[in-house]
Amino acid sequence: MAHRYRGGVSVVELRGAVALLGRFPALAGVNLSVDAGETVLIQGPNGAGKTTLLRLCAGLLRPAGGEVVVLGHDLTAERRAVRRRVALLGHSTGLYGDLTVAENISFWARAAGLSAPDAESRAAAAARLMGLDQRLLSRTVNALSAGQRRRTSIAALAVRRPELWLLDEPHAGLDQAGRDAVDSLISEAVAAGATVLVSSHELERVRSLSPRVVTVAAGMVVADSSRSGPATDGDGEPGGGPGA
Amino acid sequence: MADSTTSTGSPGSRILGLTTLLGLAGLLLFAFALTEPDVRLHPTTGEEFGQFDAVRLLYLHVPMAVLTYVAFLTCAVASAGYLLKRGAWWDVTAHASAEVGTVFCGLVLVTGSIWGKPVWNTWWEWGDVRLMTTLVLFLLFTGYLALRRTPAEPQRQARRAAVVALVAVLDIPLINRSVEWWENRTLHQQSTLAELKIEDLTLFTLMLGFVVFGLVFAWLMLHRFRVGWLEQAQADRDMALAIAERHAEMETLDVDAAIGRTGGGK
Amino acid sequence: MGNREVVQVRELFTDARLVATRDLRIEARSRVLLNQVAPFALLVLVLFGFALDADQRTLRTFAPGLFWVAVLLAALLAVQRSTSLEHADDAHTGLRLSGMAPSSVFLGKAVAVFVQLIVLETLLTMGIVVLYGSEVDDPVLLVLTAAAAAVAVATTGTLYGALASGLGARETLLPILLLPVLAPVLIGATRSFDDALGAAAVDGWAWLGLLVVFGLVATVLGALAYGAMIED
Repeated sequence: MAHRYRGGVSVVELRGAVALLGRFPALAGVNLSVDAGETVLIQGPNGAGKTTLLRLCAGLLRPAGGEVVVLGHDLTAERRAVRRRVALLGHSTGLYGDLTVAENISFWARAAGLSAPDAESRAAAAARLMGLDQRLLSRTVNALSAGQRRRTSIAALAVRRPELWLLDEPHAGLDQAGRDAVDSLISEAVAAGATVLVSSHELERVRSLSPRVVTVAAGMVVADSSRSGPATDGDGEPGGGPGA
Repeated sequence: MADSTTSTGSPGSRILGLTTLLGLAGLLLFAFALTEPDVRLHPTTGEEFGQFDAVRLLYLHVPMAVLTYVAFLTCAVASAGYLLKRGAWWDVTAHASAEVGTVFCGLVLVTGSIWGKPVWNTWWEWGDVRLMTTLVLFLLFTGYLALRRTPAEPQRQARRAAVVALVAVLDIPLINRSVEWWENRTLHQQSTLAELKIEDLTLFTLMLGFVVFGLVFAWLMLHRFRVGWLEQAQADRDMALAIAERHAEMETLDVDAAIGRTGGGK
Repeated sequence: MGNREVVQVRELFTDARLVATRDLRIEARSRVLLNQVAPFALLVLVLFGFALDADQRTLRTFAPGLFWVAVLLAALLAVQRSTSLEHADDAHTGLRLSGMAPSSVFLGKAVAVFVQLIVLETLLTMGIVVLYGSEVDDPVLLVLTAAAAAVAVATTGTLYGALASGLGARETLLPILLLPVLAPVLIGATRSFDDALGAAAVDGWAWLGLLVVFGLVATVLGALAYGAMIED
């Protein structure tokens, strides 16, 4: 199942999805359908379930109800296969503090199954994209500022060239140059055929990248700019191909 | 089990409970009054020796020891079942049998200790294989129950507990083997029971002990299982309720204000 | 089909090596084992000396047991450190998303703990020779026992470190779960050292066999069960 999904094929298909944090239903029946190559902005108040939605799509949580299909994998039955095909940028950096920036990025590249030379070249490219210069590359993560860590962490995800990007507030804590780097990363990913889900409070910034805005509140999708009215049904794309 | 069930009792379990109580009374009568103490005469010197009244404890100790192993084995089988099949039934069974087994295991250690004082002249014997194995087993399952009480997500906890139970049971032969080689001796001679004058009454009391403690075990398991099952049912109801509450949040939530904009979504 | 399995096995070991070198590189940089765990283990040896009234003959007799108790206590710290590497900044989630087989992660982390335990054991051996006056009768048995016990402790410890993490009670739960399971290792390694150090007349080689069996079972079981620990 290594082929890329293109045009009208749905990459994320949630029907009545429920996800629990402990015993709390952080997602209480989400309906959402995202096609290949789309960029979707997810917005909503604190505690709406944005982070949980992204973690669920990454295959990190077991769906407690409903249907969750990501990249053609039914996540109720099987979650491991989807994990290596997505990249999730969460609130933590996921880096090792005692390793250098270069070591961190190439570790995650190798962990994604790349050979050593491939890992090195992709790591260098990703570092350049995120504006990490030579001087920074040889510094340990412990000696970085929060924004620099964030850039490193994004670069470590970019080396994997995922089919689905799940970005949880990617602009948080970054300076102007960093934010621009994230934006160009998103456009490059989309140009390469990837699908992107971004949760962000930077409405204007992301709106320029994405025509589609999904509003989440109280663990549900309450508005979807590409659909007419509240999304109660996954179908409704006019003229789109049939879902997976 | 029906959702309306709020008690762990049922007509069947009450009959079982009554039978168990009567059985216990009977067992105590036989063990502590009707059977004779173990007194033997030395064939040459004519001196009295034996376990005297302490032997009466064996009518409780031996059946409980056997049931401890039955309980832990049940726990291991149910844990394996849970890891393979992922059903709540397996998990509840594993938890119930571990708890009941730990209680029995503790009682085995206590009664053994009390029995050992007059007979072996010590509360505790370090070199004894079964004693040491039972103690380590008790500690292993204390750890298991500690893990069960952590505030973790239920399924994660269940899965990890299952692994702990399996490791604990796989560890038993190794512990047993190592303690056996360790001191190469055991006070628990295989013949402790065999050398007793096994009279009809003694044998009957021992058998009665197995039956009665079997009933105690069954009764405890039944109720502990039902408690676990009711907890699961309650958790399901709580989840349905929590989802409904989450939906109701929308009534009071001003989404547009929270995300800082007017109009938009449509 | 056979070809695919070969690739999978090769991938397993490549990934395990990747994880092991990463953990060891972190240790080489941070020196937590060398600067904190090793001095703690030596301190335990000194405390035993105080507690047993500094009678060197007594100390020499009990040196094997004291040695292994010190190893187990230090191993708890090493395992906790190894686990906390993944949880400090949630690298754990990255590992779950990496596509590496959990068995690889398990083997890699266990190997890193094993190497650290060997360093600890070497230092502690020097410790009992100097402090307790122990003499090595059978160096081959000594080395093999140290290695076999380190395998057993590293694999069991790595599995239980993952098991006790993320439950909201990590630091306090690990000892009560791990130490009873390691009881046969403590007994076996102590008896084997009794022989190797000439502290008691026992057959150390038989005990070494028990340690090897424990280590093998723990390695296989850990590789199989680690996935269930870190998956969710």
